[in-house]
Amino acid sequence: MTKKSKPQVSDLSATPVLPVSGRQPKSLAQTADQDPTRRRLLLGAAAAAGAAAVAAAPKQAQAIAPPGAVEYPVPVDPTQVPGRPPGLNGGYGTRSQFETEVREWSGSGTSSRTPLASSEGTITPSALHFERHHNGIPEIDPEEHSLLVHGMVKRPLTFTMADLKRLPSTSRVAFIECGGNSAGEYHAARGKEIHNMHGLVSSSEWTGVALSTVLREAGLESGAAWLLAEGRDAAMLSRSIPLEKALDDAVLAYAQNGEALRPEQGYPLRLLLPGWEGITNVKWLHRLDVSDAPFQTREETSHYTDLNIVTGEAKQFTFVMAAKSLILFPHPEAKLEGPGFFEITGLAWSGRGKIKRVEVTTDGGKNWHLAELQEPVLSKSQTRFRFPWVWDGEPTMLQSRATDETGYVQPSIRQLKEVRGDAERGNVNYHNNAIQTWRVNRGGTIENVHFSGNS
Amino acid sequence: MHKTLIAITLASIVIAVGAVLVAVGVVPMGATNEGGAGNGNAQIVAHEGAGLGRVATEAEVALLNISIRPDGVGLPPGQGTVQEGALIFGPRCANCHGPRGRGGQGGRLSGGVGTLGGEEPIKTVNSYWPYATTLFDYIRRAMPLYEPQSLTDSEVYALVAYILMQDRIIEPTDVMNATTLPQVIMPNRNGFVEWWPRPPE
Repeated sequence: MTKKSKPQVSDLSATPVLPVSGRQPKSLAQTADQDPTRRRLLLGAAAAAGAAAVAAAPKQAQAIAPPGAVEYPVPVDPTQVPGRPPGLNGGYGTRSQFETEVREWSGSGTSSRTPLASSEGTITPSALHFERHHNGIPEIDPEEHSLLVHGMVKRPLTFTMADLKRLPSTSRVAFIECGGNSAGEYHAARGKEIHNMHGLVSSSEWTGVALSTVLREAGLESGAAWLLAEGRDAAMLSRSIPLEKALDDAVLAYAQNGEALRPEQGYPLRLLLPGWEGITNVKWLHRLDVSDAPFQTREETSHYTDLNIVTGEAKQFTFVMAAKSLILFPHPEAKLEGPGFFEITGLAWSGRGKIKRVEVTTDGGKNWHLAELQEPVLSKSQTRFRFPWVWDGEPTMLQSRATDETGYVQPSIRQLKEVRGDAERGNVNYHNNAIQTWRVNRGGTIENVHFSGNS
Repeated sequence: MHKTLIAITLASIVIAVGAVLVAVGVVPMGATNEGGAGNGNAQIVAHEGAGLGRVATEAEVALLNISIRPDGVGLPPGQGTVQEGALIFGPRCANCHGPRGRGGQGGRLSGGVGTLGGEEPIKTVNSYWPYATTLFDYIRRAMPLYEPQSLTDSEVYALVAYILMQDRIIEPTDVMNATTLPQVIMPNRNGFVEWWPRPPE
């Protein structure tokens, strides 16, 4: 189920490649073995495995526990031996040694993708949140980190992390989706695994200070309309953000899913712009420069702009991620065992608000049925949908279609191409929120295809 | 004795609540600030707010502020020529971006001018980027990838000149500096439609 082949993710950006590629299990193992606690456990596990072998151990212990897990002896009958006490993992919980899901990263070393096919519910574990970096993950000591707010403000201010944590806090669930998610699927249906096709989207509960609070502390000058948000990574990634958004629901987030941000998610501070393309949620945030106009940075001109090759014109500042849904089961890596009952389930989200409905078709768009939405349905967050289905064993097409509270309906790939044009090259494929089609073949295999029916 | 302590505590709470109300915007902070005597007073006023955040001095802002606007505001002193740029580009840039910036494992920088409205659009700095100031800004903050911020400002100006010259956006004899760079008109200057605040298509 989780046989991971060599990553073949096509990189979405023209960022030059780093001198690392693929996974490096050797160095990971070395790092783990340098931990004396773990070495002791491995030795203990080896001894226990020897003892258990006599009783025909039900499952061969793996040589190295999966990432995020610790290997412990596996008794034949867990009811007949005392379990381990808390604390063997050093006090920070680990997952089961039998769970192997990981983010799969691109050969260029600039991104990794959430394993959507095995996701449950609506929150992505922090350790599986997708990543997109523009020159690696910086290591930042929060004691040395601060946020400078300057430009068209009455009082340029510097905030330490301690200052920010003392200001009134707020929490909310929000998805983050890369503007280039699903880009590889725009021209043609190419992907074989959901995470490679659509895995640049994840969902978390984020906690921090409303950006409006900090901007009020600094005091905006009249005429201020934009701000530059800049990260403290080796790309010093910067984007111009309209103040309208900054004063609406933007958050200076220092926590994710109940604990500090992960380093790869911007530790110790990131900008959260609910519903807006991932790159605008600037990580490792250290500077906000308030201005009357956008700064025209590389990441809002060269990249993350949407070129229409029919007109030759590019749309700029296409911030909002439009409504999208995705069936996560069945999917191409899963095979239907035979005719009978299956629960179709997936996720839907919209950068403009709440998901109002998700429809599912099991006959290639002839009939659409309302899927059940899991409560609570939250604005700019992922919503789980479910639809019971009895497969008759015949070939067919499965699709889901989301509608958000603004009335916007997720388009077919044909509808998108009618508006935007199509080309194999040239990055005309950002913001691809087209309906995904899974073709069910006789025999139960699932295939990724483009199919727009009559829509 | 105890009464005094309580009185002090109560007074602190009243002050703290007031500060929070200002911080969250219930009380407009400007109300206490507008009549102030300029910057000297601003620091005091800021601390009458939530008391959090420290007023940054001009020097502190200058140290971190590397913003460059398309009108050239923020461009530093220094200058560079095409010839100087050629000497830097070879050892520092060509490995990733190819000879003359024609492309490699890093992004393609030159060529492709006029291809955007066709089946094979070639997006490069020279064919696609609307502002030349962006090129300075990006090289200075992020390039070379393995040694960001290792170039002097004059070296960055020189590289900008070298790249722009590849498609004759500037002349071989032109010098790039804080005055000349914002005057460069990129071929695709008018190729962008500002979409915000329109909703997605």
